[in-house]
Amino acid sequence: MTGSDYPTLTASTIAARVKDGDSSPVDVVRASFGRARAVGAGPDGLNAILWSDEDESVREAERLRGQLEQGSKAGRFAGVPIAVKDNYATLGLPTTCGSRILAGYISPFEATCVTRLREDGAIIVAKTNMDEFAMGSSTENSAYGPTRNPIDIRRVPGGSSGGSAAAVAAGIVPIALGSETGGSVRQPASFCGIVGVKPTYGRISRYGLVAFASSLDHVSAFARNVDDSALALEVMAGADQRDSTSADVPVPSYRSQFVSRATAVRPLEGVTVGVPREYFPESLDQGIRTLCDRSIEHFRALGAKVRDVSLPHTDLAIPAYYIIAPAEASSNLARYEGVRYGARVDSVDGLRGMYEATRSLGFGPEVTRRIILGTYVLSAGYYDAYYRRAQAVRSLIARDFAQVFADGVDVLFTPTAPSTAFPIGAITDPYEMYLSDIFTVTANLAGIPAMSIPIGRDAGLPVGGQILAKHFGESVMFRAAYALEESLGEDAHR
Amino acid sequence: MSEAYEMVVGLEVHVQLKTRSKAFCGCSTDFGAPPNVNTCPVCLALPGSLPVLNEQAVELATRAAVALGCTVNRRSVFARKNYFYPDLPKGFQISQYDEPLATGGALTIASADGTARKIGITRLHLEEDAGKSIHDRYSGVTAIDLNRSGVPLIEIVSEPDMRSSSEAGGYLRALRQTLQYLDVSDVSMEEGSLRVDANVSARRRGEKKLGTKTEVKNMNSFSGVERALDYEFARQCAILDRGERVTQETLLWDAARGEARVSRSKEESHDYRYFPEPDLRPLILDQAWINGVKAKLPELPEARKKRFVDDLKLAPDEVEKLTAHPDLADYFEALASASGDVRSSANWVMGELLAAVNARGGTIAHFPVRPHDLGLLLKMIQDGVVSHAAAKRIFALMAESGKTAAQVAHDEGLLKVGDDPALTGWIDEVIAEHPDEAKRYLAGEKKLQGVLVGFVMRKSGGRADPKRVNQLLASRASPS
Repeated sequence: MTGSDYPTLTASTIAARVKDGDSSPVDVVRASFGRARAVGAGPDGLNAILWSDEDESVREAERLRGQLEQGSKAGRFAGVPIAVKDNYATLGLPTTCGSRILAGYISPFEATCVTRLREDGAIIVAKTNMDEFAMGSSTENSAYGPTRNPIDIRRVPGGSSGGSAAAVAAGIVPIALGSETGGSVRQPASFCGIVGVKPTYGRISRYGLVAFASSLDHVSAFARNVDDSALALEVMAGADQRDSTSADVPVPSYRSQFVSRATAVRPLEGVTVGVPREYFPESLDQGIRTLCDRSIEHFRALGAKVRDVSLPHTDLAIPAYYIIAPAEASSNLARYEGVRYGARVDSVDGLRGMYEATRSLGFGPEVTRRIILGTYVLSAGYYDAYYRRAQAVRSLIARDFAQVFADGVDVLFTPTAPSTAFPIGAITDPYEMYLSDIFTVTANLAGIPAMSIPIGRDAGLPVGGQILAKHFGESVMFRAAYALEESLGEDAHR
Repeated sequence: MSEAYEMVVGLEVHVQLKTRSKAFCGCSTDFGAPPNVNTCPVCLALPGSLPVLNEQAVELATRAAVALGCTVNRRSVFARKNYFYPDLPKGFQISQYDEPLATGGALTIASADGTARKIGITRLHLEEDAGKSIHDRYSGVTAIDLNRSGVPLIEIVSEPDMRSSSEAGGYLRALRQTLQYLDVSDVSMEEGSLRVDANVSARRRGEKKLGTKTEVKNMNSFSGVERALDYEFARQCAILDRGERVTQETLLWDAARGEARVSRSKEESHDYRYFPEPDLRPLILDQAWINGVKAKLPELPEARKKRFVDDLKLAPDEVEKLTAHPDLADYFEALASASGDVRSSANWVMGELLAAVNARGGTIAHFPVRPHDLGLLLKMIQDGVVSHAAAKRIFALMAESGKTAAQVAHDEGLLKVGDDPALTGWIDEVIAEHPDEAKRYLAGEKKLQGVLVGFVMRKSGGRADPKRVNQLLASRASPS
């Protein structure tokens, strides 16, 4: 039976209880909705969830219970309530991307990753708040109001996947889908004190993930521990013929490669951890630096070799990112013009007037800013100076990583974000907000796997440590993250 | 006035490929379905959908490229061409830009003086079609049909190598014929599966530099292209004669009025903001696969014409007619093989068959009398079982009824009549009806025999065996 311990349970625990008949999926789903009401209500509510339908979720739990009673095999996420960022196409619940322009839009098809979660027994209980079209680092750019950080409700949860991060951190769900284009899962994971993982580009199908910047977009997940985050990848990863950029690479069992302190004195024996100096600038917050240093000491104690390395083109990542991402976005968001679906604002000024009115009223200021920026950098006469050069820089950044990994480094360790969660409304300058992604955009540009795990608190606020690996190097990334998590123990949250 | 100037023409031809499904999704490409039925999340550009390349489209495009002598690039890249229009659901068209599928080919045409002219082909690339805007169906609104959205196209861009409207027409006819032989497209301008935009400029004869060009669009037939080019060339010549400059702009041909007007659309001021399509990987083709497409090419028009002249000893003008469409040439070859008679097969195909197909208004591929059936009829002529005149009637009835030649001949009593009592009866009647001619013939005026045979044939409804009629008549005449 699921009792008041629900908010602390991991997905694998819930699935095991459901499988063994110790918990009913219906009770689990009701507990999730109960928790959502408890933390979501009132003016101080989190505003993590945009859309949900308790009756339908309960019906789905009942169907699952019936199937299990009939002897159906329990999936790896049997009865696990999962929340999904509002930029994944889902059946039943709206898919608005946190935007007015898609208000009320319900997709007739479902994202591949969501289907895979459901096929393994998960029950989708909510669509979560986000920065409009995933453009932002604080979830303040939602047309449906900002999400609050469960650790400190005066602060942002990070973004753009802030609703999903808050839902996991607040115990509404053990796992939630976020999406990443430049760090939109790792940064909020860091701000909310949970685990966030972005796999290799192509590892999980993007079919059904509403595009922001196609070459940078990644299906990503939040969990409360490393084990659950690895399980989420195992369930969702693998080729999909609906996404030409998905990779036909076998999906290993990440969790079977974890080495625990319980069985090995030096669980990371043979693993080399690189510490890139560009991620520890003079200006780095002292509290964050201290916590990173402590984690590095843990790595040494776990048997890993620690080595200083350099990724010389790191400082070019933000400028390159803010050319490539808006360029692709300007094209990806052209389809929202009011002709076929979503909001339409008619105008006396004919077709052009309808386009302008619909898009001006439908998009918020940050989305508008990026569409204009992206349109500009792709324009005739500017393409070579901006887009082509940014792509060249992107290659250099990828090469930096490739060289370090070819040189014997298995994983890199860095801070996830340059700060802890900041107060709602504190950052008004867009460029200052963009710098929030300074340590995370590189992995999106290079397409390598990266994750953030809690490594302690600074002035009471969570700090995340980032672990990166080479393409399809998720196994060693998870192994290092698992060992560090186990080694830090309760220190990860204080 | 325009004798002082030379016309320079380059053509951009869009051709719909004959694939079962669309370029980037599984929707049917069937023409004529109710509006918006052949659509899915991908070709409707619903949020979260992604394109997946249709391999059959790549194969057909490669076949066309190879046949046109292009170099097929081992690596080509899809690009987004961005512009807003209600029948373009994504707000961009997936096309190819700086790395196209194929480059550098040529098409040989016959110029006015009969010599062969090579027209260079700059590039051939793959792209998707837009949907259709229907402005005249509902009052006050434009309706959008997205059945065509995402149908695969190839764009074939020529060099500015044509020097007259008739050369442009010749290029288009040769291109259409080649694509028909390749079976890659229906190439019908009427149905929109072949569309032509023309770039035209005028320059003083002897001048090497190209003049300022204009683009002419909206032609709906090959002759329309020729007329539009002549119109626009004359307009440019007049401008140049006045010492003014031609403005680079887009004109729309109005076939009804026979004039081209400057397009008010902002089309040419568009900046398409091309960039590589991030949702599709670069198209990498294996050289062995390209070679395989080349090896499997069907016989092309030039090769077929040469074979018809060399092997079948047909005259060049006959060969042009017989090879005009691959289905016609196929029909002819099958008929020649079934009947064993090249000469009469050629005559029948160019005469009775084409006339019948045109009269029916269908295509040769759907004509009910197949080569094998017609071959049996030709054999009956050869065997003397039916007369030539009767054969024409039999053929018409075969097309109507779907019966075999033998059945029709039997049912309609069109088999040759060779038995003497019947023939003697008709001869007696003819002699009685034409006493004057009969008397003179019987008296020895032999040249009248043909006339009398003709009367007998007519009386018999074409069934009388003319050979035997001649013999019988001759036996009655006085020896001279």
